[in-house]
Parts: sequence; structure tokens; C-alpha cells
Amino acid sequence: MQRMLTRLAHEIAERNANGADVVIVGIQDSGVPLARRLGGLLAAIWGQPVPVGALDISLHRDDLDRRVAPTLHPTEIPCDINGRTVILVDDVLFSGRTIRAALDALTDLGRAARVQLAVLVDRGHRELPIRPDFVGREIPTAANERVRVELQELHGRDAVTLERE
Amino acid sequence: MICWRDAGPAGSIPAAPNPRLARMAWQRKHLLDIESLTAEEITTVLDTATAFKAVGERAIKKVPALRGKTVVNLFIEPSTRTRTSFELSEQRLSADIINFTAEASSLKKGETLKDTARNLEAMNVDFIVIRHSASGAPHFLARVLNAHVINAGDGAHEHPTQALLDTFTVREHKGRVAGLNVTILGDILYSRVARSNLWALLKLGARVTLCGPSTLVPRTFEQMGCRVTHDVEDAIRDADVINLLRIQHERQRKTMFPSLNEYTRLFGLTADRLRRTRPDVLIMHPGPINRGVEIDSDIADGERSVILQQVTNGLAVRMAVLFLVNGGKGPQEIAANPAAA
Repeated sequence: MQRMLTRLAHEIAERNANGADVVIVGIQDSGVPLARRLGGLLAAIWGQPVPVGALDISLHRDDLDRRVAPTLHPTEIPCDINGRTVILVDDVLFSGRTIRAALDALTDLGRAARVQLAVLVDRGHRELPIRPDFVGREIPTAANERVRVELQELHGRDAVTLERE
Repeated sequence: MICWRDAGPAGSIPAAPNPRLARMAWQRKHLLDIESLTAEEITTVLDTATAFKAVGERAIKKVPALRGKTVVNLFIEPSTRTRTSFELSEQRLSADIINFTAEASSLKKGETLKDTARNLEAMNVDFIVIRHSASGAPHFLARVLNAHVINAGDGAHEHPTQALLDTFTVREHKGRVAGLNVTILGDILYSRVARSNLWALLKLGARVTLCGPSTLVPRTFEQMGCRVTHDVEDAIRDADVINLLRIQHERQRKTMFPSLNEYTRLFGLTADRLRRTRPDVLIMHPGPINRGVEIDSDIADGERSVILQQVTNGLAVRMAVLFLVNGGKGPQEIAANPAAA
């Protein structure tokens, strides 16, 4: 996983020559530790600290009616996003609905110059016209399979597993 | 530079999920009273309200969580601050709102509460926020309607969102509720705020003292597990929190004490009495304040008073309640003492 993240960081650095404009924003909750790791790697590449934030999207979801009340996490962005390049980070890209909600939530915070999307795993099955800019690994899946990403910070180990329901 | 910093430890993004957030999901379809809630459910509301408080501090205070939903504020009994607070909370969640007041509705023409509510439901409203002078009116509506029902005060029974915002304010300032000495001072007998607060505080492990004239604070309250005293000095000496309640002229059938002057002399929170409390005591009041009766004007505006913060927190708590109830799908146990409506 660390290799995947290093490669992602280099791709991000290549696309964004000027690191001073970039803010990394992880989607709560699995995207946040990934964003922090990417932020650390990018800080080393650019030789300057990179702001890292956390975004909660539960109030912007389109399926609030069909779920039991979700848990809210804090939204915490350490700098003004107006005019900056925001790199959204999440673990798995699936239907694209989470990213749709994240774009709405970001809009409420300001007008970013551009938004790019980095995901650890793209498992396909998009339901909306959304595509990632940076992908750690594409994993072709069946709709009834589940991709589980475990992270050291949240689950005590780094692992990506494919489960069949 | 503008920063967005929601709940959570200042200055850092929590590396691991907050253990307090890892809890049982909210299952209830209504919020009818505090009595039937568990401590976990109360904590869920308070934690959710923490996140909503941060939303209220953003430049754009509106979130789309209840977009397309219709809320009816059915205020059969007059209210300004609770209704305004609910209205603003609903607007911040992007809901559509209809306001009903007793004066402007067909209830004046003799329509029953059930018929009024059924008519509203025929228009496919999703939430009914009800304030009614009859205890149990919200429980009655919850039985006959499909909409989510939120109790905004029923008679002298309960005022759950007020208790939740009071508890939220206590926890925000003291970091906890368990183990605190909380004194509720004033008209307890006629107060739904006192009853709801009592339930919430006891469930979360606070030690509660009730104080006021013996006519307004009967000893029977001791059965709920709190202390009752008629000596104000004794009640406030060790208090971490003093919650003052208004003398409710409108709910008293006959005068329960000789005069307001005497009440102030015996039970009012004066500067002199405040000197004999703990230096970090929190002064709370659900409003509207009778300045110079239950509280000195200077104390109400003083540094220990969190009266206006209670109002701010009321928005966050009501947003949290609307949000949680919307997701609630589980059955609601109707409290044992059913409606008198």
C-alpha cells in the first residue's frame, strides 16, 4: 500500500508543479488517514508543508432517507480553499455518489480553483459521470463483491481485501 | 485566512475515530420525551449536535440534509423563542416550513387536534413539531399519524429539546455531565423544562437538587432520585450548575407564594448569594428571564452566565434532533402515561 501511495504522491506532484496552492482533503472517515499520508509524502517531495483537511459528507448524501441516521464526523480544513487546488482523497471509488456529495460539501466551504480526485482503489460500477484523476489500483469487481480497505490508523493494519457477499 | 474547524480537538485532525462517536445508531422515529430515552441515545443527540454547532459557524450555514421535506410547526400554545429556534434549525437543514399558531388555525373554530393533524398529513407533511398545553398531545399525534413527531413542549409534562440543549451546554463547559452537582431553582411543579432536565441529568449521572418554595417544589420529586430542599443557600453552595426557572404566572391556578418580592428575597439569585457559590458555577436560564425576580440583572449578563450560549446551542440541538429523527426507522415505544388530548 505504501508503494501505491508513493506513486500516487509522485503523480500528484507531477500534475501540480506548484505545491503551494494545494490542499489535500480526505473524505471522512477512511479518506482522512490516506490524506494525511499523502500530505506527508508530498511535503517531502515539494520540500514544504502541505495542508491536510477532513471533510464530512453525511449531510450531503442523496440516500439519507434510506439509512438509519448516520454518524457525523468533523469537517476540518486548515486553510481557505478559495482559489486553491483541492485534492479529494478517498479509499474506494464505486458508484461515485460519495464524490458527488463531497463536491457539494466543498462548494459550501468556498470556490476551489480546481478539484482533483485521488483514490486508492477504483472498483468500477459508476452510477454518475465522475472519474478519478489519480488511482492507486484498478480492481475489476462484480456488483455483489465488496472491497475492504483497512488502514493502520483505523484498523491496526494496512490491507485491501475483496470479499464476496 | 478563513479556516473551517468543526468539532474535535482544536488544531489537529483526529487520527483515529473519536471513541465517543462509535456508538449505537439512533433508531427512533419521534422525539416525544426524555423519560423514554436511554443515556446512549441522549449522548448520540449531544454528539450529533456538536457537529451541527460547527455547521452554524460556517459562512454557509445551510446543509441539504432535509431538502424536499416539509415540516409543520404546530404551536397551539404561544411561543416565540422555541418556535423561532425550530424554524431556523429547519431552514438550515433546507426543509420547507409551514407555521401554525393557535390564533390563526381552525382549532379556534372547534376542530379537534386529531382532525387538524390529519388534514396536515393529507398534505403529505413529513414532520410535525408540536407545542400544546395538554400533556401527552405529541404522544397522541405519534399514535395517529405517520409523520415524525417532535415535542416542543406539552403542558407541564416535558420539553425534551430544552433539556437536551441545557445538557449540551453543561457538557460543553464542564466536559462531562456525570458526577456534577446541578441545582434547578424555581417553579418546578409547573415546569416541563424541569421535568425533562431532571430525566436527562439523572440518566447521564448528575446529582440533581431541586429548590424553590414548598408549594412549587413538592417532596414527591424525591421519588425520581433527586434531592429536594427549600433552603436556597443549601441548594447553591456546592452546585457546579444552577439552572434558574421562570415563575410561570400563566400556568398557576392560584398564587403559590405571597408576592414576587418575597420570592426574590427568599429564592432570587442575587449578587450576595452568588458570592457564596463555587467560583466556577455555571448560571443557566431557559428564558424568558424575569430580571430582578429570579435573577439579578447583572448576573444574567455576567461572566458565569451562559444564557445566550443556550440559545445558540438550541439551534444545533434541534438540527441534530430533526436530522436523527429523519433517519429513525424503528418503532417508538409510547410512554406509559398516554395522551390527555
